[in-house]
Amino acid sequence: MSGIRFDSVSVAYHGTTVLDALDLTVEPGEVMALLGPSGSGKTTALRAVAGFVTPAAGRILIGGRDVTGLPPYRRGIGMVVQQYALFPHLRVQDNVEFGLRARKEPKAEIPARAAEALEMTGMAGYARRYPRELSGGQQQRVAIARALAIRPQVLLLDEPLSALDAQLRSGMLAELARLHRELPDVSMLYVTHDQVEALTLADRIAVMDRARLQDCGTPQQLYRAPRTEFTASFVGQANLLPVTVADTAGAALFDGRTLTVDTGTAAPGTTATLCVRPHLLALGAGPDALHGPNALHGRLGEVQWRGATHRLYVDVAGHRVAADLPELRETPTPGTEVTLHFAPRDAVLLAAGAGA
Amino acid sequence: MLVHSKAGRWAAWSLFLFLFLPLFALPLLVVVAASFATHWSGALPSGPTGANYGAAVRGESLRALTTSLVTALVSSLLALTAGTWAALAAQALRKGARRVMDALFVLPVAVPSVVVGLAVLVAFSRPPLLLNGTATIVVLAHTVLVTAFAYQSVSAALVRLDPAYEQAAASLGARPGHVLWRVKIPLLLPSLNAAAGLCFALSMGELSATMMLYPPDWMPLPVRIFAATDRGSLFTGSALAVVLMATTLLVLAAFSRIRTRASYR
Ligand SMILES: Nc1ncnc2c1ncn2[C@@H]1O[C@H](COP(=O)(O)OP(=O)(O)OP(=O)(O)O)[C@@H](O)[C@H]1O
Ligand SMILES: [Mg+2]
Repeated sequence: MSGIRFDSVSVAYHGTTVLDALDLTVEPGEVMALLGPSGSGKTTALRAVAGFVTPAAGRILIGGRDVTGLPPYRRGIGMVVQQYALFPHLRVQDNVEFGLRARKEPKAEIPARAAEALEMTGMAGYARRYPRELSGGQQQRVAIARALAIRPQVLLLDEPLSALDAQLRSGMLAELARLHRELPDVSMLYVTHDQVEALTLADRIAVMDRARLQDCGTPQQLYRAPRTEFTASFVGQANLLPVTVADTAGAALFDGRTLTVDTGTAAPGTTATLCVRPHLLALGAGPDALHGPNALHGRLGEVQWRGATHRLYVDVAGHRVAADLPELRETPTPGTEVTLHFAPRDAVLLAAGAGA
Repeated sequence: MLVHSKAGRWAAWSLFLFLFLPLFALPLLVVVAASFATHWSGALPSGPTGANYGAAVRGESLRALTTSLVTALVSSLLALTAGTWAALAAQALRKGARRVMDALFVLPVAVPSVVVGLAVLVAFSRPPLLLNGTATIVVLAHTVLVTAFAYQSVSAALVRLDPAYEQAAASLGARPGHVLWRVKIPLLLPSLNAAAGLCFALSMGELSATMMLYPPDWMPLPVRIFAATDRGSLFTGSALAVVLMATTLLVLAAFSRIRTRASYR
C-alpha cells in the first residue's frame, strides 16, 4: 500500500510558476480528484508525480519513498491520459503486455496477467485487434488495462473520460468506481475539470486554481461547506451574495433585509459572503414552512428549460442569482417580480475574501 | 486536387499536362526512344533495334549496374543509420546545440557535390587513411552526400512523433533503450523507409562526386552513361540510362510496398 505526497512542490516553465508550493497527500488506497479550471496546473501536478517534469522545489514521495530524482521508468506508476496513447503498431494484447515485458516479469506469467487486466476492463475479446480498430471508449479501456497490468500501487489518470461522449462517460465512470472497489490498495490521482466525475468517484477532492491548491476535502465537505468562494462557485456553481453580519444569533443583512443563517463565529458588523446552491432555492409567494423563511426578491431575467429542471436567473439587488427548480408547470414570464426562498441550513456563510 | 468546379478541374489538368509533358515526360520518352534507335537524323530517333540493350545488360555494363546497386544500398544503409542516430541524438540536445547539428548536416547538401568529392579525395589520399583508388572511397562519398537527407527526414519525423507514446512507455517501466527499439523505431519505420528510398535514388544517380573518385574497377552506372555519351555512343548511353532508371524505380517500388505495410495509421 502506498500513497502519494506532494511536499511543497513547485513547478515553473520558463520562469512562470504553474504549480505553487503544492502540499497534498493522497492516502494509500484513496481516490483523490484534482479538480480545477483549464490551466490551473492539474496536469502539471500529475506529470510531476509521473516524473515528466522536474519540480523547481519540493519533494514527491510515493509510498514514503522520495522519488523526486528518479526517472519515470523507475517510479512504478500506472498512467492513463486523455489521448490514450496506445502504441499503434502493437495489438491490444501486446500493448497490455508492454509494461510486463519492459519490467522483465517472468515470461510464463505475462500472457495470464495481460489477460487478467483485459478481463478486468471488459476487453478480453479484443486482444487480437490493433488500437485503430477500436472505438474511443474501447481504446480507453485498453489504456486502463495496460496501466493496471503492471499492478501499480499508484494510478494516475489525466482526464481519462474527456474524449468520450456523455453516455459513455457515465458508463466508464461506473466502471472506474468498480475497478477501485476491486483494487482497494491502489491509490488514484484523478485529474478532471468535470465536477460530476470528481463528486462521483473521489474519496476526496483537491480544488486547484491558478497554480494553487484552493481547498481539499471530501465531496460532501466541499459541496456543503466550501471554505473558499472559489470552491463554492466552482463546485456546484453556488450563488454568492455579499452580506453584513448583524448578530451572532444568526441574522445577516442583505439589501437591507434580514436573512436567518448560521453566522457561526463571524463578528457582528463584518462583511461576509452568503453562499447558496441553485437547487436549494424555491420559488414561492411568501415565507412558509415549505419554502423556508428567507426571501430574496427580484426581477426574473431569463428562464432556461433543462429537461428535468428549469433554471431561473433572477436579478436580486443587482446580483444575478441562479435557481434550479423542478420542472415548472407554469413558467413565470421574464420581467415579472419573483421571490426565492431558502432554508437557513441550506446556506453557508464565508468570511469575506476567504481564500482569495 | 482542391478544385471543385468542372471548368476549374479542366484548367488545372491542362496546366499540369502543359507543364509536365514537355518538362518531365518528353525528355524521358525521347531517351527511351533513343535507346531503341540506330540513327537520329530527323526530329526523332529512328531505325528500331534491341541491340543497344544487348550491350547494356552484359559484361562491363552489367558490372557497372551491380556496382551502382551495391554502392547505393550500402551507402543508403550507412546514411540511414548515421542520420537516424544523429537525429535521435540531436533531439535530446538544447535548442542552440540542435541548430548547430542541423547546420552541420545541411552542409553536404549546400556544398556542390563536386566539392564534396574533392574534399573526400583530398582527405583520404594520404596515409594513415589511404582510400584513394578503392571502392570504399566511392561508398564513403555517397554516404556523406545522402546522410544529410536521411538526417533531415528522420528529424522531421521525430518532431511529429507524439511524445505521449514515449511517456506512456516510460511510465510502464521501459528504459530508454527499450523505448527506442520497441516504440520509437517502429513508429518511425515508415519515415525511415521513405528516407532509405530517397537516399538510394540519390546515390543511384550521383555523378559529379563519383567522377572525382571512382577507381577503374568500381565504376558506377552513371559514370558509364556519361562516358558512353561523351564518346558519341548516344544510343548505348540511352539504353544504359533506361536500365538505370528502371532499376531505380523497381527498387523504389519495392521500398514503398514495405512502407504501406508498415504504416499503422
Ligand atoms: N510544456 C509547457 N511549457 C510551457 N508552459 C506549459 C507547459 N505545459 C503547461 N504549461 C502551462 O502551465 C499551466 C498549467 O498547465 P496544465 O497543463 O497543468 O493545466 P491543466 O490544469 O491540466 O489544464 P487543462 O484542464 O486545460 O488540462 C498552463 O498555463 C500552461 O500554459
Ligand atoms: Mg490538463
